[in-house]
Amino acid sequence: MEDIFGIPAPLLFGQLLLGLINGAFYAMMSLGLAVIFGLLNIINFTHGAQFMMGAFAAWMLLEWAGLNYWWALLLVPIIVGFTGVVLERLMISRLYKLDHLYGLLLTFGLGLIIEGVFRNQFGSSGLPYRIPPELQGAWDLGFMFLPIYRGWVVIAALILCLATWLLIEKTRLGAYLRAATENAPLVQAFGVNVPRMVTLTYGFGVALAAIGGVLAAPIYSVNPQMGTNLIIVVFAVVVIGGMGSILGSIITGFGLGIVEGLTKVFYPEASATVIFVIMAIVLLARPAGLFGRA
Amino acid sequence: MSLDRRTLLTGAAVAPFAFARAGHAQGTPTLKIGVLNDQSGVYRDISGPTSVACVRQAIQDFGSRGFNVEVVVGDHQNKPDVGSNIARQWMDRDGVDVIVDVPNSAVGLAVAGVVREKNKVYLNSTSATADLTGAQCSPNTVHWTYDTYMLAKSTGGAMVKAGGDTWFFLTADYAFGHALERDTTNFVKSAGGRVVGGVRHPLSNTDYSSFLVQAQSSRAKVIGLANAGTDTVNTVKQAAEFGITRRGTKIAVLLMFLNDVHALGLQAAQGLVLTETFYWDLNDRTRAFTNRVKPHLAGSMPAMSHAGCYSAVLHYLKTAADMGAAQAKQDGAATVARMKAMPTDDDCFGAGRIREDGRKLHPAHLFEVKAPGESKGAWDYYKLLQTTPAEEAFRPVNEGSCPLVRS
Repeated sequence: MEDIFGIPAPLLFGQLLLGLINGAFYAMMSLGLAVIFGLLNIINFTHGAQFMMGAFAAWMLLEWAGLNYWWALLLVPIIVGFTGVVLERLMISRLYKLDHLYGLLLTFGLGLIIEGVFRNQFGSSGLPYRIPPELQGAWDLGFMFLPIYRGWVVIAALILCLATWLLIEKTRLGAYLRAATENAPLVQAFGVNVPRMVTLTYGFGVALAAIGGVLAAPIYSVNPQMGTNLIIVVFAVVVIGGMGSILGSIITGFGLGIVEGLTKVFYPEASATVIFVIMAIVLLARPAGLFGRA
Repeated sequence: MSLDRRTLLTGAAVAPFAFARAGHAQGTPTLKIGVLNDQSGVYRDISGPTSVACVRQAIQDFGSRGFNVEVVVGDHQNKPDVGSNIARQWMDRDGVDVIVDVPNSAVGLAVAGVVREKNKVYLNSTSATADLTGAQCSPNTVHWTYDTYMLAKSTGGAMVKAGGDTWFFLTADYAFGHALERDTTNFVKSAGGRVVGGVRHPLSNTDYSSFLVQAQSSRAKVIGLANAGTDTVNTVKQAAEFGITRRGTKIAVLLMFLNDVHALGLQAAQGLVLTETFYWDLNDRTRAFTNRVKPHLAGSMPAMSHAGCYSAVLHYLKTAADMGAAQAKQDGAATVARMKAMPTDDDCFGAGRIREDGRKLHPAHLFEVKAPGESKGAWDYYKLLQTTPAEEAFRPVNEGSCPLVRS
């Protein structure tokens, strides 16, 4: 095959695909952040810690209860989502009337505390978690060697993103949610229990992060700082996509994954910063984000 | 987000130690040992609380010889500025005489400068860069456990000898990674091998698949990992996932500790070849040391970095007893000179010595990680492949361009 910009075509296609896979994680994580911000007006900086909790919960279920990956995929979002519900009821719900900054500081602090507790308990090197036997092996695509598990991650992420988008944009429940975002007192006046809806939405956002954690456990090191490395990038994704925009965060997540993947080929040293450069440019040109409404 | 959580935490981490107890019996000198390492980040497990426990073990094993010993602990958060600040504060205000451990080469080099300026003693166990005893050597520094040159020679040399003559590097983009890549490249080239490419990735990167695919398409026989900790764990995990080792490419983990193998699990780590200067199950003396210190560890095992803290502090205390604690407090360079003049001997590394450039010499062991079936119990991870004798394991003294060495 030919070279494209001096890079052999197979390598470039491979990188595009890998970018898409990383983008799947960004999309899943930023989706949760966007859902939470859209309804709660809280920038949930605990998201990274909740992602990490998802991965650890999967490990605990395997080690302590003997429950495999598929059970983890089912149970972990429920368990971690429930901790999110408790957190929202006990603490976060007290901040809705205040400025965004307070919510950010609270969730940021909570994230640090959770991470610290896990680090004290489990150390910083991490824990082993194996790829489930059903998803081991790889496909030879000709231009690259694609592990089956990575393919599964993209498919799972796409299904989750699509389902969330449909739920919020196309169902009656979603309509209530969007209405409550616009004008909560009015929706409440129609007899909808808005506080409960808000709590459950937070739990749902957290559950999305937890599923991300379970999906990540077999490929990334399961360690307490795994979420910290991701959350800042994901936050940038949300800002670029437009705070609170569901579709924006999905598309931007996948898109930026690809951009980052390409940077890793052309100039690897910049791969950690390229997303923030894009964020700065987007903020200058369209402060509301690519898909946000000013 | 301009808020940096590490910066926010700096005050919190340092504050408790600023008020460390100053009370001691009048007349009896007190030597103050500052363990400066990563208590909260990626290098916590290769340094952190286990290093502190090993330092305390050294003090206990040394016993009482007419002076008091105090330990203070600081978290440098992998930041050179934070590390230098704590070191400065310790030596200026809190009367710390010796700084031990200091993982992260960038911090390690920064602290070396401060200790030299204050004429105290610097016993670095966990930084990897060979520059500590090379161009940046100091009369106040002893570099104890390992360095990039020794790793490159032991692991890199063995790989080339086994037929891995074309290399591709995955390098952590900071002082340590660059030094390790440079030293390994020299060995590969001098053994007749070639370096066909490499990428430099940011520290604490999570996804390595892009880099691994690049490495694979370079058709190199060996992928050299010049990174550490979680970065190495993630790379090895993902290399297994992408079937890189199954297709015949070898992975050279240039720096890996026992805790990293534990984090990977034997399933993913089996067959990796790596170098450490200490392994708990190496001989009767290492097992005896491990049994003594184990009750003070939270379920983990000491790696070579921790053993280095033990060994370094024990030798320092012996030296202080030999020259007088008051004298040792006064002149760091003189203490280090005396340490160099005395032969070393302890349970972790056996007999050894410290060279004029500050390099501690002991044998380097090349290990292979056991397969899950071969492991007989918890933490039974290594089998010994070969041992490089102390005098050959490290860089020849006249090749490091250390100004302290008179040729």
